[in-house]
Amino acid sequence: MSLRPLTSPWFHAPAGHEKLWLGCAILWCFVMSLMMPYWHFRGKQNSTGEAYTVKPADFLARTEKFVAANRVGTFKNPIANPLGQELPLVEPPAGGDVYLIGRMWQWYPALRLRQGETYRLHLSSLDLQHGFSLQPLNMNFQVVPGYDHVLTLTPTSKGEFTIVCNEFCGAGHHAMTGKIFVE
Amino acid sequence: MSTSSHNLAAPGTPARVCGTTGLGVCLDAQRFIKLNAVCGIVFLLLGGVAALLLALTRWQTVHLLPVDWFYRILTFHGINMLILWILFFEVAILCFACTTPLNARLFSRKVAWASFLLMLAGAVMVDYIILAGQADVMMTSYLPLLAHPAFYLGIILVAVGTLTGVFNFFATLYVAKRDGAYTGSMPIVTFGALAAAIIAVVTLLHGAVVMIPTFTYSMGWTPQPDPQWYRLIWWGLGHQSQQVNVCAMVAVWYLLSHITVGARPINEAVCRTAFVLYILFINLASAHHLLVDPGVGATWKIWNTSYAMYLAVLASMVHGFTVPAGIEVAMREKGYTGGIFGWVAALPWKNPAFSGTALSVVIFGFLGGITGVTLGTQQINIIAHNTLRIPGHFHVTVVGGTTLAFMALAYYVVPLIFQRDFIWRGAARVQPWIFGLGITMLAFGMSFAGSMGVPRRSWDIDAQGVYGPAAHLWLGVLGLGGVLAFTGLLIFALLCVGTLFFGKKIEGRAMADWGTPPALAGSQPGSLAHDHYATKGTIVLTLVFLACFAVYYFANWKALADVWPVR
Repeated sequence: MSLRPLTSPWFHAPAGHEKLWLGCAILWCFVMSLMMPYWHFRGKQNSTGEAYTVKPADFLARTEKFVAANRVGTFKNPIANPLGQELPLVEPPAGGDVYLIGRMWQWYPALRLRQGETYRLHLSSLDLQHGFSLQPLNMNFQVVPGYDHVLTLTPTSKGEFTIVCNEFCGAGHHAMTGKIFVE
Repeated sequence: MSTSSHNLAAPGTPARVCGTTGLGVCLDAQRFIKLNAVCGIVFLLLGGVAALLLALTRWQTVHLLPVDWFYRILTFHGINMLILWILFFEVAILCFACTTPLNARLFSRKVAWASFLLMLAGAVMVDYIILAGQADVMMTSYLPLLAHPAFYLGIILVAVGTLTGVFNFFATLYVAKRDGAYTGSMPIVTFGALAAAIIAVVTLLHGAVVMIPTFTYSMGWTPQPDPQWYRLIWWGLGHQSQQVNVCAMVAVWYLLSHITVGARPINEAVCRTAFVLYILFINLASAHHLLVDPGVGATWKIWNTSYAMYLAVLASMVHGFTVPAGIEVAMREKGYTGGIFGWVAALPWKNPAFSGTALSVVIFGFLGGITGVTLGTQQINIIAHNTLRIPGHFHVTVVGGTTLAFMALAYYVVPLIFQRDFIWRGAARVQPWIFGLGITMLAFGMSFAGSMGVPRRSWDIDAQGVYGPAAHLWLGVLGLGGVLAFTGLLIFALLCVGTLFFGKKIEGRAMADWGTPPALAGSQPGSLAHDHYATKGTIVLTLVFLACFAVYYFANWKALADVWPVR
C-alpha cells in the first residue's frame, strides 16, 4: 500500500496509542522550546551574540593599547609556534574590557584574571575565522574577522586554562593555543 | 522478458513488467536510476577510503596522515559523502519514486542526461581540485579561507545538475497527474520524495546565493562577501541539505518496511502531515550552526532554533512512531500476536534490507535525533560548538541513518532495476550489522571525546597539552569504529559491483527472496486497521525513547550550569 496510489478516503483523526504518542511528543517539544527563554532570564550561561563591526587593524591597535597599559610580565608558551613562543602576560582591571586576538596561529596576549570578577572579553580575528575553545572547561565561541565578539565573562574557578582553536585555520591550526590564568 | 509490451500511461514509451512485483518500469527511468546509483556508490567508496584514513589519523596512537593531507582528505571526505554520494543516490530515488509507483514515464530523457552530466562534471572537477591540493578549505569553505575557483564552480555545477534532475521529477509528477496515469492520491513513498525535492529546491537556492558571489570573488571579479553573512547563508545550504536526506530516508523507511514486512502507514493523514512539517519548519535560517556566533542576537538564536514548537522535531518523532507501528500491525495481522514484543523476535533480521532499515531507525532516532536536538539547543551549544560532539551527532544521522537506509534499499534496487541476483548473500546478511555497529562506535568515540573538549577538524590533540588518557581512549574507540564501518562499507561496495558483473541474471522471473515473515495460521490481513491499541510494543519503545531523550537533554543543562557564567 505504501507503494501504490491511495484511492479510498484516507483521512483519519489520530486515536489510541497514536494520539497518546502525539500528545507526549508535542508536550516535550513545548518543554524544550520553553527551556531556552527560561534559561536566558534565569540561567547564567547564554550566548547573546553581542558584537560590533571592527576593522582588523583597529582591533589590533586597541589590543596593543590594552597590552601596553596592563602588562605585568611575559608568558612563555611551551608549544612551538612560528610567531614565537613569548606572549605578553596582561592583567586587566577587574570589571574592565579585555582584548584577545585570534590569528594564525596564536591567541594574543596571555591573560591573568581574578576569580569572581566580571570582564568584558572582546574577541576578534586578524585573518581567518577561529574558534575560541576554553579548556578544560569546554566553553566554545566563534571568532570571525571584522566582528568584535563581546563575552561578559565571570571566572568562577581558579587555575590555568588553555584556549584551543577549534575552527580550521590552516596547517598550524592544531598548535594555536593561548592561556588564561585565574587567581 | 517482456520489454516494450507493458502499457504505461504514455503508449509507446519503452517499458517492461517487473518479474517480481508485476509493476511497470519505465526504461528511461531505469537507465537513470542505474547511472545515478552507480555514481553514488563510486563516490561512497571514495569517501569511505578517505574516512578510513581520517579515522586512522584521529586515532592518536596511529596518527597516519601528515598534516596537509589530513585537511585535504577531510575536505574530500565531506564533499564526497555529504554531497556527491547522497545527491546522486537521491536523484536515483527521485527517478524511481515518480515513475513506477505512479505507473508513469519519465518526463524527459534529455533533461535527465543534462542533469546527470552536469552533476558528474561538477563532481569530477571538485574531486580533482581537492586532490590537487588547491582547495584545503573543508566542506564549509568558510571565508576568508579561499579555494581555487574550480572548487566553487564544481559545486555550482553539481547543484545546477541536481536542480535539473529535481525539475524532471516535478515535470514527471505533473504529466502523470495530467494524463491520469494513476487515480487517487500519490503513495506515501512518492509523497516523501516530493517533500525531499521541495526542500532540495530551497536548499540549492541558498547554495546559489552563497556560492556564486564566492566564485566571482575567487576569480577576482567582485569584493569578498562578509564572512558572517557567508556563514548564515551557507548553512541554509549545509543544514537544509541534510533535511533532504532525512526526508528521503524516511520515505525509504516506509518503502522498505512495506516490501520486507508488508507494513503500511497506520495513519496516512498523520504521516503526510509530518512530511509537510519538514517542509515548513526545517530551520530556514540555518541557526543551529550560529548559536555561539557574533552578529546574531539571543532572540534570533532562540527563535530560529525551535520556532517556538520544534515542529520539525515533532515530525521525526511522528515517523519514529508510525514506521515501527506499521511494522507491528503487519506482524500482528500475520499472526505473531504473543505478548508485547513477540512480533519483534519474528522479524526478518537476516534480510539485509530489513535489518538495515531497523538499524537506521534506531540509530537515527536514539543516537542522532537525541544528540542533534540537544546540541542544537541555544545555550547548550556553548559546551558543544566545534567539538567532536558535532560530527559525533551527524555521523549517526547522515551515516547511521541515511546511508544505512540507502544501503538497505540497494538490496532491492540492484535485483529489481539491474536485474541481477546478489552474489555472496551470506556477506550481504551481515553487512548492515557490521556497518551499523562500526558507525555507532565511531559516533560514541567522537561524542565522548568531544565532551572532553576535543575539537573537530584538528590534526593533532597532543600539541595543546590539555587532553588526557580518557580523551585518547575515546579517540581509539573512534578509530576502531571507523575501521569496522569501513569494512562494512567495503563489503557493500564489493557486493554491488560484483553483482553488476557476476550476479545471476533475472530474466522475467522473480528476484531471489531475502526472506519475509510468513503469515501464520489464523492470520487476518487488515483485521487491525481500526484497532488503535494494537501497537503495544511500539508505544513502549517510543516511551523508552522519550525517557532517554529527557535524561540526555537535562544532563546537558546540568553540565552547562557547571561552567563559568557568560552572556
